[in-house]
Amino acid sequence: MPENHEPTEKHHVILEMRSITKEFPGVKALDNVTMQVRSGEIHSICGENGAGKSTLMKVLSGVYPYGTYKGDIYFQGEEMRFHNIKASEAAGIVIIHQELALIPELSITENIFLGNEVKNRFGGIDWTSAHAKAAELMARVGLNADPTTPIKALGVGHQQLVEIARALAKNVKLLVLDEPTSALNEEDSAHLLELMRGLRSKGISCIMISHKLNEVAAISDGITIIRDGLTVESYPTVPGEVDEDRIIRGMVGRPLDNRYPHHEPNHGDVLFEVKNWRVESPIIPGRIICKDSSFFVRKGEIVGFAGLMGAGRTELARSIFGHSYGVFHHGEAYLHGKQLKLSNPKQAIKEGLAYVPEDRKMLGLNLLDDIKRTTVSADIGRICNYNIIDLDQEFIAAEEYRKSLRIKTPTVHEGINKLSGGNQQKVVLAKWLFTQPEVLILDEPTRGIDVGAKYEIYTLIHQMADAGKGVIVISSELPELLGISDRIYTIFEGAITGVLDREDATQENLLRLMTGTAPATVR
Amino acid sequence: MKSLKQVLGGDVRQYGMLLALVLLTLFFHWKSGGLVLTQSNAANILNGNAYILVMAIGMVMVIVIGQIDLSVGSVAAVVGIVVALSIKNWGIPWWLGVLLGLGVGMLIGMWQGFWLAYVGVPGFITTLAGMMLFRGLNQYIGKSVATTVPSEIKYIGGGYLPNIGGLPINGSTVLLGLIALAAVIFGEFRKRAKQARLGSVPAPIWTMVVRIVLVGIVIFGAVWLFGYGEPDRLSFPVTGLILAVLVLIYQFVTQRTPFGRAIYAVGGNRAAAQLSGINTRATYFFTMANMSFLAGVAAVMFVGRAGASSGQDGTMWELDVIASVFIGGAAVSGGIGTVIGSIIGGLVMAVLNNGLQLLGVGADWQKMIKGLVLLAAVAFDIYNKTQGKPSITGMLQRAFKKSPKGVEAK
Ligand SMILES: Nc1ncnc2c1ncn2[C@@H]1O[C@H](COP(=O)(O)OP(=O)(O)OP(=O)(O)O)[C@@H](O)[C@H]1O
Ligand SMILES: [Mg+2]
Repeated sequence: MPENHEPTEKHHVILEMRSITKEFPGVKALDNVTMQVRSGEIHSICGENGAGKSTLMKVLSGVYPYGTYKGDIYFQGEEMRFHNIKASEAAGIVIIHQELALIPELSITENIFLGNEVKNRFGGIDWTSAHAKAAELMARVGLNADPTTPIKALGVGHQQLVEIARALAKNVKLLVLDEPTSALNEEDSAHLLELMRGLRSKGISCIMISHKLNEVAAISDGITIIRDGLTVESYPTVPGEVDEDRIIRGMVGRPLDNRYPHHEPNHGDVLFEVKNWRVESPIIPGRIICKDSSFFVRKGEIVGFAGLMGAGRTELARSIFGHSYGVFHHGEAYLHGKQLKLSNPKQAIKEGLAYVPEDRKMLGLNLLDDIKRTTVSADIGRICNYNIIDLDQEFIAAEEYRKSLRIKTPTVHEGINKLSGGNQQKVVLAKWLFTQPEVLILDEPTRGIDVGAKYEIYTLIHQMADAGKGVIVISSELPELLGISDRIYTIFEGAITGVLDREDATQENLLRLMTGTAPATVR
Repeated sequence: MKSLKQVLGGDVRQYGMLLALVLLTLFFHWKSGGLVLTQSNAANILNGNAYILVMAIGMVMVIVIGQIDLSVGSVAAVVGIVVALSIKNWGIPWWLGVLLGLGVGMLIGMWQGFWLAYVGVPGFITTLAGMMLFRGLNQYIGKSVATTVPSEIKYIGGGYLPNIGGLPINGSTVLLGLIALAAVIFGEFRKRAKQARLGSVPAPIWTMVVRIVLVGIVIFGAVWLFGYGEPDRLSFPVTGLILAVLVLIYQFVTQRTPFGRAIYAVGGNRAAAQLSGINTRATYFFTMANMSFLAGVAAVMFVGRAGASSGQDGTMWELDVIASVFIGGAAVSGGIGTVIGSIIGGLVMAVLNNGLQLLGVGADWQKMIKGLVLLAAVAFDIYNKTQGKPSITGMLQRAFKKSPKGVEAK
């Protein structure tokens, strides 16, 4: 790894957070957390879901203003008391939140300079130089697009780059990235990490929160581990030589021998089958997003779907789940050998399908609701007597899933918006497990989930399979697919390009099929 | 502080709003030299506002699904004239006229629900059109002349519960109070039994006792206020009874039925609701249909109180109704709001109106003050939302909390 910044800079501490304590009603999110970041380093924060990572960064960036927490923040040798985000940004600390904060309707330029507009002599916005400056910043982050493109036309990976360009526009000295790669594919993730290395070589420090330990290991100069609001350890490291097991031990409190639980598959007859499924894009007329796809799932089988982002895996799943996406052309779906006629998600749920969406904020959750109501929301009829909701049963069901998924919350009466990102994901899972599906379709089920909880989710998937159900897992993480699937289909540009049994599948041959560089039959 | 919370239960929010209402009432009572909390004035407040509150019940549901209904006044005007004319011209019995009117209200609601749910015209536009359309229809049917209604309908809109028992306090009102008290006590014991069943630690028994005593005092006060004085002439108004029954029904529907859940789900995140198997169109449709139905109920109450249906009925009602809902803590963007909250919001408006009138404040000032109150309430709401607190009452709540310190960003 080239380390071309001056060694003197490397050792002085740019940020110190001392004994930070932050309480929410009923929750002590941070308890005396202390951490140091040296100038020009990439510092990773690791910890389980709900450990307090995001909260710590919100304290740092003034989202939780001075006075609402205890402890001191020193930045570049001076004590800082941020009363809002603007104040921390003025000091050179910019945070990119777990949930992106761009405005979808506005252009790249407008988003980059939002609240920080390029003014002309008369105080109006100088669009010519704004676009020029935006183009310059975009070049720095390696984003190749027209600055007038609206944000909503960009993929998540590119949106992430706009966020960083926006930070650069503010003359950032310390960039905080909260789970920047959780929604990105491998390629975009790699690009982002490369970009962070570039920033480091220019003397910009970074704090990164991530559950992807391989990335943490590849890039970190220092690591702080938080568990239940307490600092477990904080130590310098050398990028590329980080001990992942040590991180896991710190996070979970015990060693985790395997990332994937052992499972002996027990397959029965074909449970679910889709034939000649053809769907047209709802946005671009004429574009086919599922090209006559056929596949099947046996009882007790865990089937993976591999593909690049945009290959059409989500679209396939959603169009099957009660035609909730796209313009349906033709195709048949069979469950237990019986043809399904599904025209909306309600019928799909009734027949025993469940689809856990990848985008929990847009499609998975009503953020205004609480945990218990959300848990039962996809199958509310089950806890009703004569169309009246039985609140006892609702509570009992929610409690059951809170325990089995270890959702970190004081009670199930808590609002969803008070949960940490990973725990929100667990609630989405709970909601769909509650429907007791025959076929469970999971779209990026472990996004933003910590290693320990991932293990638990895999165990749950195994339990579903052992109960004779079918599980479909869509994931952008190949190791995950290889770790849990019995069989893997690959999709490239809307067409199924191959299917590999567990024994035959490797990252290499999957990637070849996913990128359309191999003939379709490796069986 | 902790014990106060134990007594009130988890949801301090709603109590904050209630507190604002109580303080406002006491303030005007004191300022006016004791004119607000009298038997006739209290009955007047209820009679004069019950129809707005009835519509607020429907409106909060419309606003929770993320829509708005501007047509309620015009719809009510149509229903009012249908009821009055059908009884007068066709000679049908009064109750049949009422049923006919409510049916017309429901049909109008289905019409609007159709455009919103199945054609996709936003509620704002659909009901703006409805506002003109049904105002015109009212004038077409009624020819803009006042049509009187029979005494039974007058009783619905302005009557009082009969005196039974011959005491110096109105017997029916006392009976009503006793029923309410019994229901509260029954509810408390049921809740306790349930907590025991679910194995959660029940709150100390004294909190329950204190709660029952507090509610008991309030009920006693209300019974005294409405029932004592002239038990043969004045008592608890019929409109109040209708309102109370509707509030109970709709509170239950919104909180305890799948349809109620669907309303909140659709308003909170439509795409997620759809993927959860909720029929979003049906939810829109029935919510709009219900709104116009309740506008019909309000119309019957109103023409009853006025004694006649006239061409100007219902003008600007939508503004009072919508204001009540927002003061009651609903969110403009949908997904948040409760029936009880909206009723309290409506009562705040009602007491404000009444109090200002009693103080002799001119209509000009009244309007300005009401406008400012609405603005302030929603501004608080938005401020609180950026702080992660959903309602105006979060503010009041915070004033009671010692820790954590108030958030002072911005
Ligand atoms: N606004 C809030 N109100 C109440 N509790 C909160 C609030 N925000 C966070 N918490 C709680 O504080 C704890 C820490 O949350 P935080 O979001 O910092 O976790 P995290 O480490 O970022 O987790 P994840 O990896 O899942 O994103 C959690 O228990 C969470 O429920
Ligand atoms: Mg987080």
